[in-house]
Amino acid sequence: MNKIPNAITLGIRRGGLEIRQFARQRESVVFTLLFPVILLIIFGSVFKDTIAPGVTFSQYFVAGMIASGLVNTGFQALAITIPLERDFGALKRLRGTPMPASSYFIGKAILVSVSMVIQILMLLGFGLIFFGLEIPTDINKWITFTWLLLLGSACSTSLGIAFSIVPKSGRGASAVVSPIVIILQFFSGVFLIFTQLPPWMQQIAAIFPLKWLTQGMRSVFLPDSFAGQEVAKSWENGRTFTILIVWLVIGIFFSVRKFKWDRD
Amino acid sequence: MNAIEVTGLRKSYGQVHAVRGIDLSIATGEIFALLGPNGAGKTTTVEILEGFRRRDSGDVRVLGFDPHNEGRAGREWRNRIGIVLQSTSDSGDLTVFETIDHFSGYYSNPRNVEEVINSVGLDEKASSLIRKLSGGQRRRLDVALGIIGNPELLFLDEPTTGFDPEARRSFWALIEKLRGNGTTILLTTHYLDEAEALADRVGVINNGQIIEISTPAELGGRSTAQALVTWRDGDAMKSEATDNPTSLVKKLTAQFDGEIPELTVTRPSLEDIYLTMIGISRE
Repeated sequence: MNKIPNAITLGIRRGGLEIRQFARQRESVVFTLLFPVILLIIFGSVFKDTIAPGVTFSQYFVAGMIASGLVNTGFQALAITIPLERDFGALKRLRGTPMPASSYFIGKAILVSVSMVIQILMLLGFGLIFFGLEIPTDINKWITFTWLLLLGSACSTSLGIAFSIVPKSGRGASAVVSPIVIILQFFSGVFLIFTQLPPWMQQIAAIFPLKWLTQGMRSVFLPDSFAGQEVAKSWENGRTFTILIVWLVIGIFFSVRKFKWDRD
Repeated sequence: MNAIEVTGLRKSYGQVHAVRGIDLSIATGEIFALLGPNGAGKTTTVEILEGFRRRDSGDVRVLGFDPHNEGRAGREWRNRIGIVLQSTSDSGDLTVFETIDHFSGYYSNPRNVEEVINSVGLDEKASSLIRKLSGGQRRRLDVALGIIGNPELLFLDEPTTGFDPEARRSFWALIEKLRGNGTTILLTTHYLDEAEALADRVGVINNGQIIEISTPAELGGRSTAQALVTWRDGDAMKSEATDNPTSLVKKLTAQFDGEIPELTVTRPSLEDIYLTMIGISRE
């Protein structure tokens, strides 16, 4: 009798399968990967002002789009596609096999990581070529960038899996999830300059991770002189770290305890 | 040891008593068909056995384990079981081969992928995307995914719905092959001829209770039921229910001195018996 393959091996195999499936769905490839780039082109072309010495709006915007890219490829994509899989009965079928839940989650995390990397490379490329984005040279900034990516994508993935229990049906999922993401993007200083938003908006945004991810990405892509322009007069990266960890724990808790494999 | 052992199983959804005290034993290697109208409690019962639903009370053992507590023996237990659900439709962006090959990786001793594709008759569709399959072909894929893990126990929930007659025949042949391997099968079906062709025993379930468990030939006293002999006598059709149809036909042969006009001798079909049992008359 051979042994049942372990959860990590199966998770990696699921990741490969998820990517293959994703790549064959042209609409979702275009929507999740190209949409942020299209937004960058639109906003970058419309707003050409300098918002602080040496900082253009498009630089500010690229930082925000990279942060919200994590939300798009993780939270938004998963919270929309998992209810669809549940409606199809695909999740229930998986539940009936020896594949453990953790492998399914690992597979999703791999899919998110791959699409996230592609999206960030495209945003950085376009930002660099067309909108005068300056790539940081300080090694510390890259260290910040790395933990923001890892923690941000983990957070986004786990919250996407957790939130997949909310939409009642696969068809309605997009209508539930997309407005939340768009409102959060406005409130969190992705499309608009955060300090120019009314305080109540800032305070709501400060509860959710996107605001912190966005601010963290600004600390990577904007000069340190800009830190004084932030609400707290500093980048607050320590606080960003803490808040992302808290949301990650919340996401994992609900994913593990409340995940729904079946429609009813 | 029996593959499935159920005593006093009960399950309610709010005020609705879906399963009201079911006892059931299915021997290892047996093919058992659960018959019943929609809403009789078939799917609820099967899903409790599959570990998808919790029961309110009663004792359940499937391959020696309580499916409700399968968290402990979970993967080992699932590794020995195959499930074909009632309705599954994938997004369909993988090919038949890719899907079956991937699922085979979940199990410790999977069957050969090509062999399984062949046995469900999907050879020509192996490299087609699932979304390009017909309803019946998708159903055969479901069956393939149910048996790829080489299960000791296979649950089939209405497996041939949407099959054309030829596909059903070849599906039956596949089940016969699995029987040869000693696989235990619990089948739910709407098709009486399917139960008759495949099952060692059938259980009729209605209103959440098992009405009778028997072999297809003996269900509802079918084997001892009176035969109905009908024939034409002049302008009128005559019929007589009898325990001794042979004597009656002999008598009629003498009476007509040879051929009896429009003679038929029938016994109740499984369907007649079944419909009587669940309280629906033919007319």
